Amino acid sequence: MSDHPVTDFATDFDHTDPAWVRDPYPIWDDLRERCPVAHTERYGGAWLPTRHADVTAIAHDTEHFTSRVVIVSEGRPNELALPAPIGVAPPITSDPPFHAHARRLLQPVFAPAEVARLEPFVRSLCGRLLEPLLEATGFDASLDFAEHIPVAVIARMLGFPEEDGDLFRGFVHEIIEAVDLPPAERIERFAPIEAYFVERIAEHQIQPRDDLTSFLLGADIDGHPLAPEHVFGTMVLLIVAGIDTTWSAIGSAIWHLAQHPADLAQLVADPSLLPTAIEEFLRAYAPVTMARLVKEDLDFDGCAMKRDDWVLLSFPAANRDPEVFDDADTVVLDRVVNRHAAFGLGIHRCLGSNLARMEMRVALEELLRRFPAFSLADPAAVVWSQGQVRGPRELPLRIE
Amino acid sequence: MRVEIDEAKCQGHGRCFAVAPGVFDSDELGQGLVIGDGEVPAALEELARLAEQNCPEYAITLIE
Repeated sequence: MSDHPVTDFATDFDHTDPAWVRDPYPIWDDLRERCPVAHTERYGGAWLPTRHADVTAIAHDTEHFTSRVVIVSEGRPNELALPAPIGVAPPITSDPPFHAHARRLLQPVFAPAEVARLEPFVRSLCGRLLEPLLEATGFDASLDFAEHIPVAVIARMLGFPEEDGDLFRGFVHEIIEAVDLPPAERIERFAPIEAYFVERIAEHQIQPRDDLTSFLLGADIDGHPLAPEHVFGTMVLLIVAGIDTTWSAIGSAIWHLAQHPADLAQLVADPSLLPTAIEEFLRAYAPVTMARLVKEDLDFDGCAMKRDDWVLLSFPAANRDPEVFDDADTVVLDRVVNRHAAFGLGIHRCLGSNLARMEMRVALEELLRRFPAFSLADPAAVVWSQGQVRGPRELPLRIE
Repeated sequence: MRVEIDEAKCQGHGRCFAVAPGVFDSDELGQGLVIGDGEVPAALEELARLAEQNCPEYAITLIE
């Protein structure tokens, strides 16, 4: 968090400000009325569209906005990014036309049929996490439950030791949350992450296995093996994009249910409502905000955007736009018409969206089956993450 | 009723085959595809309409 508290989010916003971390929704609602594209000089200059239409337009405009760096941080982008077209973590940091190749390579791995094969593993994992808690009067739904699910899934997919989960969570923190550190320190902190991946890659080179790491090492694009930085970058992406995002989505859903006993009772009574309810949780509590960089000076809706300005592409804010969603700030469990943008829009639609949805559904099914009544042990004890992925990092529940 | 998916707009959000599995399916990449010739059985028209209304990319067209 910055040393200078924000006084006006319209001209000086900071997504690490404590007020934003605590409750960003009123801030976005206010900006949507007043701006609707907010600006800040922080981070070297950044913009924040809050309307669904503007978020959509920028997400679709890969000609004027690059994905070279998707996490806003201190320091100029050139210090932080590998050159195009691959970027640090392909395909999320790739632009067309390379993007399509890098994405197509991974799409079959995350297609619905493949994801379905992982469901029994996720279900038994949730059971293993929850069974020891059956007699407890309370537990932390984030620390004891939600965070372990995506960690185990990604470790399994990559063929990494499941017990390295704590390490992955540390990596994610360094990359996603520690965005307000000086670039030199961030780069220094990245060294052990790189070393870990290099080790795993070496193991897989010696002994190939039936996992995503070996798949990437053996993959090619048009007959050319993937560049080593491509393999490495994609593995980093899966760790970073696959873990605290899903953890956040599961945690936010539980946070909501812990405060809305009627919603909880309804889902316990009829779990077939879960898929629709999950879409609504994804809309209302979308965890992920991505960033773009302005490629060249341009005018966007009267905003004089400069080359290398950041654009904080807030899908969560778009999902609260009353122009698109009736009663946008209310969670309506059976909102059957729900064109939400939680997984992004355009060519960078979250590659793992099918996986995330499955993990959310199974996690909630297994939780509600065993714990039909719970509430927040102490609302003030809930700790939210800082940065572009929003979710409860500590979520103590009281079991009733 | 007939349905069409604009392949240039579809990004594989997967909402159509989740909402209306008798009308839409997924290809091996996870992109949406229309089952058969796109003619929607009368019993599935309501679901097809719902799928259209849930596509985040506005990639589905209903022809009535």
